[in-house]
Amino acid sequence: MEVTLTHYLVLATLLFLTGMTGFVVRRNAIVMLMCVELMLCAVNIVFVAFSRLHGDGGGHVFVLMNFAVAAAEAAIGLAILVEIFRRRRTVDVDDLKALME
Amino acid sequence: MESHANEILLRWIVLVPLLGAAANGLLNRRLPKQVSGLLACGAVGVSFALSIVVFLRLAGMPVAERFLSDTVTTWIGFGRLQVDLAFALDPLNAVMALVVTGVGFLIHVYSLGYMAHDAGFQRFFAYLNLFIFAMMTLVLGENLLMLFVGWEGVGLCSYLLISFWFNDEANAAAGKKAFIVNRIGDFGFLLGMFLIGVTVLPHLGAGEGLLSFRVLQHHAGALAPAATAICLLLFLGATGKSAQIPLFIWLPDAMAGPTPVSALIHAATMVTAGVYMVARMNFLFVLSPAAMNVVAIVGAATAIFAATIALTQNDIKKVLAYSTVSQLGYMMLACGVGAFAVGIFHVMTHAFFKALLFLGSGSVIHAMSNEQDMRVMGGLRKKLPVTWWTFLVGTLALAGIFPLAGFFSKDEILWKAFSSGNQVLWAIGFVAAGLTAFYMMRLLVLTFFGENRASPEVKHHIHESPLTMTLPLVVLAVLSLVGGWVGIPHFMGGGAHFEQWLEPVFAGGHHVVEAAHGAADAAHGAAADAVHHDTTMEWILAGASLAWGILGLLLGWLVYARRLGVAEGARRLAGGFPYRLLEHKYYVDEAYEATFIRPGYRLSKTVLWKWIDAGLIDGILVNGSALVVAVVGSVVRLFQNGMVRFYAWSITVGVTVFVLYLCFSG
Repeated sequence: MEVTLTHYLVLATLLFLTGMTGFVVRRNAIVMLMCVELMLCAVNIVFVAFSRLHGDGGGHVFVLMNFAVAAAEAAIGLAILVEIFRRRRTVDVDDLKALME
Repeated sequence: MESHANEILLRWIVLVPLLGAAANGLLNRRLPKQVSGLLACGAVGVSFALSIVVFLRLAGMPVAERFLSDTVTTWIGFGRLQVDLAFALDPLNAVMALVVTGVGFLIHVYSLGYMAHDAGFQRFFAYLNLFIFAMMTLVLGENLLMLFVGWEGVGLCSYLLISFWFNDEANAAAGKKAFIVNRIGDFGFLLGMFLIGVTVLPHLGAGEGLLSFRVLQHHAGALAPAATAICLLLFLGATGKSAQIPLFIWLPDAMAGPTPVSALIHAATMVTAGVYMVARMNFLFVLSPAAMNVVAIVGAATAIFAATIALTQNDIKKVLAYSTVSQLGYMMLACGVGAFAVGIFHVMTHAFFKALLFLGSGSVIHAMSNEQDMRVMGGLRKKLPVTWWTFLVGTLALAGIFPLAGFFSKDEILWKAFSSGNQVLWAIGFVAAGLTAFYMMRLLVLTFFGENRASPEVKHHIHESPLTMTLPLVVLAVLSLVGGWVGIPHFMGGGAHFEQWLEPVFAGGHHVVEAAHGAADAAHGAAADAVHHDTTMEWILAGASLAWGILGLLLGWLVYARRLGVAEGARRLAGGFPYRLLEHKYYVDEAYEATFIRPGYRLSKTVLWKWIDAGLIDGILVNGSALVVAVVGSVVRLFQNGMVRFYAWSITVGVTVFVLYLCFSG
């Protein structure tokens, strides 16, 4: 069976929905960060797929940039979470609403 | 146009007094009084000398080419809307420049003595120099906007100098009154200027300044349809500045300022700005017979109205103030009957003798320890000889006695009014001339004759003024004596040099009329020329007005020096009502108080304050917008509940809806 663009897109969609659902449903901030990474990963797959389709290397550039951004985001996000955990002894987002109103 | 060496001088005539004002105003008390006075007088002196230089250069040019201009820069350049920062000199404003700087210089010198003991000496001279700067901008401005800049500038200086002694509430109120009343006139001036701009703009060629007098004159034909409206609006401005009915009320109050100020600003120069402006725009005024009639009627009415008030005033400066209003009426009358040159002639002679009279009254007030009420004066003839003799000259000149300056200009105005077919206006002017002679004799008798009625300690201090004050008096007296001789009319064998000098400026007006209405309608000038050959009538009228003036003087002498009972009788006439009417200035101030000021206050307090300000602005606009923000905020903040997953869910739903919309909207 030949792997077509549709396969990639379906895979990306499933991956993205998984990440999105996880982000909305779970309360653990670390799991939510991992879900964000999943969504970014899905986007990367779409980029590469279309890059291949059009024979245009531009998509790869975006993917590489996404890697850099995701790495930075994960680093900063985890650093913040560590700091929050130190102060509050929890990473449950439902308990973190000091900024409400 | 290439700038000639002498043309560059024009800007310095204006700028040197500004430098003097800056030096005096910025350094103020740090300057010793001698230096301050020297700087101020020197600045105006330089200005005067430069004016003479450019005047001589102008006089040396062929008659038709008498025009100098000095363009400093383009002030407003906006497409076709172009206004230059420029000065120009032609025969008309050359005369004005000489009068303003010349009389201004004398009054500066006089102020050295008059203000010598005043704490605000430097401030006074700063204002005075600033005034000369503004007045010269007004006079030398090449276009209507420059004239307006000067116009506002002199208004400001007038305000500053009227309320110079601002510690006294009354002086501050007088300054405010002058400023506010003038604002009403200025509003008319502005509207007139806008109307000119709108009307003439479509007709302008490339590079033509929008409000330049020369350009406007060139395009007078295009302005003709709007001429009446424009002229009436401009004239409203002139009634404010030149104290005509209905806006004259500020001038008598303006006497609250120091006396040199009254002489310089409120007699000799600034108040003639309105006459100058009407004369400057003559090419437009001649296009509108209706506007000319208004000018003439207002002028004549003001002349007699103010003259009757002057009969009963007891404050020496108030008499002179109403006299000034009256004489300004004569000038407007002259302009209104088309005799612009004669109007300017009277501006000049009036500047001489009225400045003299005011400075003389200042000398009297100085001697009387700041007393201005004539009822406690008297007998000053012997104690103030120089003041007395010069004052006498001024009085005779104002009363129109041959051969002093006032005779020639006033007689010429009356003749022009008569010969242009306005016999009623002539009669009004004629009666007012007799009244003028009468009240001036009253003033003279009350001040200089009889016994001194002052308290002993004041009497003890009476002394003749110092040389810096008497010298300008003598110079002005000489000018009042001979100043009219430059305009001796043809029928007396004179050359009417003054009118000939101004001819190039006002001849343009006649051409405009001919171009706009055809030669047949140029009746104004032509009719006057036709009558001109019959000199018997001129002789009769001149003789009559001289006799009438002398009669007025004699009557004044009789009533106030010999038969005091007559004056007392006149006071009681008809239950004393006519006298009280005059004494209270026809209750004009009270009428304005009742019709404009008090309703104005009431309107402000109820509608403008309670409704508009407190209700609309504070209540609805300010607090209302705050209320809207608060209500919206209280709803919107429900969404900010701190639940990260709620936010994420909102984003998801929002994006989904958006994408679905994009997909299915086609």
